[in-house]
Amino acid sequence: MTESAFVHAYEVAGADFVNAGRASTAIKETLKHMGLAPALIRRVAIAAYEAEMNAVMYATRATMTLRVTPAAVTIDVRDEGPGIPDLALAMQEGYSTATAEMREMGFGAGMGLPNIRRNTDALDIASQVGRGTTVMMTVRVS
Amino acid sequence: MTITDLAALVEGAAIGTAEALAREAGGGYASDLLSDVMANARDGDAWITLQRHVNTVAVAQLRNLAAIVIVNGRQPEADVLERAAAHDVAIVTTALTAFDAAGRLYAAGLRGRGAS
Repeated sequence: MTESAFVHAYEVAGADFVNAGRASTAIKETLKHMGLAPALIRRVAIAAYEAEMNAVMYATRATMTLRVTPAAVTIDVRDEGPGIPDLALAMQEGYSTATAEMREMGFGAGMGLPNIRRNTDALDIASQVGRGTTVMMTVRVS
Repeated sequence: MTITDLAALVEGAAIGTAEALAREAGGGYASDLLSDVMANARDGDAWITLQRHVNTVAVAQLRNLAAIVIVNGRQPEADVLERAAAHDVAIVTTALTAFDAAGRLYAAGLRGRGAS
């Protein structure tokens, strides 16, 4: 069976807090125009935003690739950055390596990765210290 | 209640497009942590916060919030109003504290999500 897919890539610049969130809001608008269910869009929007903010806060740059098929919405966030030395620790609610400035802005609550896990059906993270991190998220269209 | 009504209740200023100010707030959420708002606010909530930077607008857009209510007399940073207007997000500024602003809105019938 041939499955039709919509694919689009969005660039994210590290440390660019002014434009942070633009990729996620563009993804949300795209899914809205496609007529996907609001509950599904909400889950994707939360996961996409958290992953985008992680890239903005920690990486040099990242590419977010959105893929929409009749079965699922997937977003891969591939960054060039410091990587995550201890993934199990990073997944813990409340754990954060955010700076004081980021915390003052309301980031760094240690809720990002847990929020992603809670709002996705599949989450895979591949990270190489000193190279970068790839976050692969899937939300199924039920 | 509309955002215009909400602003009057907190003795604040409502800034936004006509469409944004006419929107009904269905409930409220108070937090200064962006991920907390992403996780726990509901569609149509008025978001009470002391954050005043442009990232709040993206959160409001993504979570479909009715308004950002900035407390303690803090004024939004320059790019906030521009971004908010472009995306029909209403901004309310008030001299009240978060506690007092939430209290006024609760007394007027607005509710939070209760225990999660």
